[in-house]
Amino acid sequence: MPEQEPLLDIQQLDARYGAIQALRGVSLRVERGEIVTLIGANGAGKSTLLMSIFGDPRPSAGHIRYLGRDITGLPTHAIAKLGIAQAPEGRRIFPAMRVEENLLMGATPLGMQHIDTDLIKVFELFPRLKERRDQRAGTLSGGEQQMLAIGRALMSRPQLLLLDEPSLGLAPLVTQRIFAILGEIRATGTTIFLVEQNARQALKLAQRGYVLVNGAIRLSGSGEELLANPEVRQAYLGIRA
Amino acid sequence: MSLTPTPLTSAAGPTAVLRQAVLEAAASFVLALLLLGPIVGLVLDGYQIKNELQRPLLIAALVALGRFLFTLALHTPSGRFWLERFSAHRGKTAILVQSDSDRQHHGWLLLLFIAGLALPFLANKYALTVLIQAMIYVLLGLGLNIVVGLAGLLDLGYVAFYAVGAYGLALGAQYLDIGFWTALPLAALLAALFGALLGFPVLRMHGDYLAIVTLGFGEIIRLVLNNWLSLTGGPNGIAAPAPQLFGLEFSRSAREGGLPFHEYFQLAYNPLHRFIFIYLVLFLVVCLMALVVNRLRNMPVGRAWEALREDEIACRALGINHVLVKLSAFMMGAMVGGIAGVFFATYQGFINPASFNFFESALILAIVVLGGLGSTSGVILAALVLTILPEVLRAFADYRVFAFGVLMVLMMIWRPRGLIQPRRRAFDVEGL
Ligand SMILES: Nc1ncnc2c1ncn2[C@@H]1O[C@H](COP(=O)(O)OP(=O)(O)OP(=O)(O)O)[C@@H](O)[C@H]1O
Ligand SMILES: [Mg+2]
Repeated sequence: MPEQEPLLDIQQLDARYGAIQALRGVSLRVERGEIVTLIGANGAGKSTLLMSIFGDPRPSAGHIRYLGRDITGLPTHAIAKLGIAQAPEGRRIFPAMRVEENLLMGATPLGMQHIDTDLIKVFELFPRLKERRDQRAGTLSGGEQQMLAIGRALMSRPQLLLLDEPSLGLAPLVTQRIFAILGEIRATGTTIFLVEQNARQALKLAQRGYVLVNGAIRLSGSGEELLANPEVRQAYLGIRA
Repeated sequence: MSLTPTPLTSAAGPTAVLRQAVLEAAASFVLALLLLGPIVGLVLDGYQIKNELQRPLLIAALVALGRFLFTLALHTPSGRFWLERFSAHRGKTAILVQSDSDRQHHGWLLLLFIAGLALPFLANKYALTVLIQAMIYVLLGLGLNIVVGLAGLLDLGYVAFYAVGAYGLALGAQYLDIGFWTALPLAALLAALFGALLGFPVLRMHGDYLAIVTLGFGEIIRLVLNNWLSLTGGPNGIAAPAPQLFGLEFSRSAREGGLPFHEYFQLAYNPLHRFIFIYLVLFLVVCLMALVVNRLRNMPVGRAWEALREDEIACRALGINHVLVKLSAFMMGAMVGGIAGVFFATYQGFINPASFNFFESALILAIVVLGGLGSTSGVILAALVLTILPEVLRAFADYRVFAFGVLMVLMMIWRPRGLIQPRRRAFDVEGL
């Protein structure tokens, strides 16, 4: 056994939707305190991988270990209790509920005992949300909704934060702002696994990255390595070799 | 398990709260039964000891219900506030803000409450029956509002639980010789069980499909009641007992061994007494339910119901146990429907399956929608409007249903989101 086992260790993971095989033998690893990014084209299986870490869909083969413990096949709510949280693709905030109620919902796996301090922390991270805490979440701008989705995930005090395309549909400046905040979140000791289409910024931010093609890991390496890789440059950064 | 509340776990998630409440209620039920069984259950009658098991069962059920509500109450903001007053460690917890307008609100509510209590004494028999029916629909509206308004699960067969409650009283009286007061908690429990029975198979369903299945469920219950002649009497119906006040009956002449209410208090016999009594009990139950439902909305369980309505996938992504949340909504709603059914049966004195057809489900749904999906006060107002308005419109004789329809359409144009928009309350967080 190594000195310290990785926070998240995925081995030979397969996942399928009926006849469609969405993941083929995916293996990857996230160490404590890292930001690890997963990039890939539309339909590569990024969201599927993120969701199957959360038990939905259940992997058809392979193993997911979290803190050395096999969590493959655990129900979603049990996995959330272990300290994994996610901000799903497309934000999926609760539009009719107020900003603050959305945040309270995020605290569900933990119970309500820390909500005071945790709300303050989230509002420090996202002062915008504090100004709008009584606003109906559906009326927030796209960037604010993404902040809310991330803040909501943080309310369960996760050790591992799973983010699915936080830059989706956001202006470059807003994306930069959100990525800067991801850096701050990492500085507080939360590990981040970031799924992105925005390969350039994601690879700049991340320590390590993986490239997913057709449900299988094609490349892996440090953020700089991948940014310099000709295949990545051509396919994901739009630079002709 | 001790009988004192377990402090400091006061702030857990909805599932934990519910599980704790159910466990503690079950434990207190068993404890109460063990304790009271020999004391209350064995009655010395002449030289014989009679075994009257229903008495300790009733008391134990009440204790369990009380314990359940108490545990839930301790998780409301004000419950936690009181809990913290009594615990040495003062945790930091969100406390509801009570603004001035809220306090003014309370004044009005108190006035309404007193008016509601005084009303039956001013009413004639006709008005009284309309009032009782209105209150029954308020109760039904409150119950269905949990399922449709809060949790967003379109239930077109809600009348099934109403029927379960009503037949629970009638059949219980016929076969087990239980009275109104025993039937009330038991029928509520039974209806909640039926709620779970419906809930399990439809866990994965949404929208239209859910609506169809619940519609079928409502029809199945009605058809069973209609066709199981040997048990229910089928379309001929079945009699349901009137409630008693501490053993006093509301009849002109007492059954064997009974004592009529008017003789005991040396009043002239008045058939209104029975209706006034039913109304008063019903009114108190309605007030209690309105309070409970309103409280639930601001508790983790209630918020989880609303979150489920908003986005089920997001709920799963947040690690909310959607199975438990859905089932609890179905069960709470069904329980309230069952209670309404008991009141309906005791008020009618006689029930048959024809009272529990799809039209009833549709009417209750109309109450919830007209009230503004999710708003407690809206549902109450809509229930009153939809039951009292047709009576007022009796003057228009043949055009009554037409006028009713026109008014409904006008109301939906004037207020497309229902009479009253649900209000969202703010939290006060220390240090913000
Ligand atoms: N619920 C589902 N049922 C059936 N097939 C699905 C389902 N969800 C995803 N798929 C399929 O699985 C494959 C991977 O989809 P996935 O959503 O994981 O891609 P992605 O990499 O996240 O794409 P994007 O960047 O567009 O979000 C796709 O071919 C998709 O059609
Ligand atoms: Mg995706």
